Amino acid sequence: MKVQIDPGRCQGHGRCYDLAPELFGADDEGYGVVLGDGLVPSAQEQEARLAAANCPESAVIVVEES
Amino acid sequence: MSIDERFSQETREERNAREAETGTLSEVITGPVSDWATDFSHADPAWAADPFPIQDDLRQRCPIAHTERFGGVWLPTKYDDVASIAYDTDRFSSRAIVISNFRPSPDVAPVGATPPISSDPPFHHDARKLLLPAFTKTAISRHTESTRAFCHSLIDAFDLSSSGGVVDAAQDYAKYIPMRVMADMLGLPPEDTALFAQFVEDVIGTVDLPPEERGDRIAPLFDYLYDAVRDHVENPRDDLTTHLINAELYGQKLAPEHVVGTIVLLLIAGIDTTWSAIGASLWHLAGHPADRERLVAAPETLPTAMEEFLRAYAPVTMARLVKQDVRFGDVDMKAEDWILLSFPAANRDPAHFDRADEVVIDREVNRHAAFGLGIHRCLGSHLARMELRVALEVWLSRIPSFTLADPAAVTWSTGQIRGPRALPLRIG
Repeated sequence: MKVQIDPGRCQGHGRCYDLAPELFGADDEGYGVVLGDGLVPSAQEQEARLAAANCPESAVIVVEES
Repeated sequence: MSIDERFSQETREERNAREAETGTLSEVITGPVSDWATDFSHADPAWAADPFPIQDDLRQRCPIAHTERFGGVWLPTKYDDVASIAYDTDRFSSRAIVISNFRPSPDVAPVGATPPISSDPPFHHDARKLLLPAFTKTAISRHTESTRAFCHSLIDAFDLSSSGGVVDAAQDYAKYIPMRVMADMLGLPPEDTALFAQFVEDVIGTVDLPPEERGDRIAPLFDYLYDAVRDHVENPRDDLTTHLINAELYGQKLAPEHVVGTIVLLLIAGIDTTWSAIGASLWHLAGHPADRERLVAAPETLPTAMEEFLRAYAPVTMARLVKQDVRFGDVDMKAEDWILLSFPAANRDPAHFDRADEVVIDREVNRHAAFGLGIHRCLGSHLARMELRVALEVWLSRIPSFTLADPAAVTWSTGQIRGPRALPLRIG
């Protein structure tokens, strides 16, 4: 699983870095950024899905790899 | 250092006169609402007391209500319609975001009276960037411990023996928390917070007054802030007021009305909103002992519960002005019509939320719009969440058991910001 943020949609609500602080952080203006390469350890897949499901702007994208 | 000419009384008076000449007044229509679909008023006491059944009814039978009051307002009640309008800054302007009987001239766009909330693109983004760094989650976290200590001091000051074990949680607790934080951030004396509640009421609770009367009510707030700005020009310090006085856009210092307008925004929007959110959460917990007991027993569930309180009791409704005649959904909107952009109504749309009319404190998926959607996402959302979390943590740890002392004595603010303004709670 990988996570991405669509910078065209993100408005800095910060739900992603509230709910999944191992996967997301904030830039100097509070917009969400993906930490590292965005690969989600299996133990954090649930947090990744929660972050995506709670983003008010639907800016967090979860890519499930088969 | 001489007083910065930008903030002199003379330039301010010239500007006021110019602005009053160029706006549009509408006929003042007050009195009871005849039909919520065609004559709604968000200044009506029934709306303040409990807007949700009204919104639910409109969502099913309308879903975009209208009123001739305020010179014409539309009220979308579906999440998707609220979101579409919030995202569509081409067709809907933010140049006025509090509906009243005065429409500022289109010439005030793209800046508006209280940037950046009253600003349209592309100016909006540049004005917002000046403020964003001070309102990130990390920057806000520096205020957490002082806020926590302040919450404790408020509870320490409760005089339960002489009040029969009853406190007004809206007036003696919720109100002071954002007031104190905003005074700190803006560099205003903490003792001046005694004035702030009246300022909030004068801006938010006066929307259906004749514009001239409303102007007179708002004037003392501007007098106070111009004085505060002049004081900061003479005595610069490390706070947001000095930051705005010194800030530059496009190679120039900010216009004086931009500086003061932004401070008005931070002060008013920083106070009444969070005051309302803390109060509404305590009101809910006072009336729902199972939820209260669960949060006391398992404080780690508070972050999730808090989001549900924000969804179900979203304090803030915004407004837009229609730029040009436009067909939206099934209605024909005219240029200069207002739109009441109800995030509370969006948050209770069953098409978007399961059990939308219930408060489910462990709702894990909660894509609510309490802080707005799109480019105007509440600048202070991280601050509001910090204050709400700390206020509830401290209250529940100190006062785990409380009930509504007199449900009929609870009153709610009128207008676009909704929260308890009298909330007598019996402690223990």
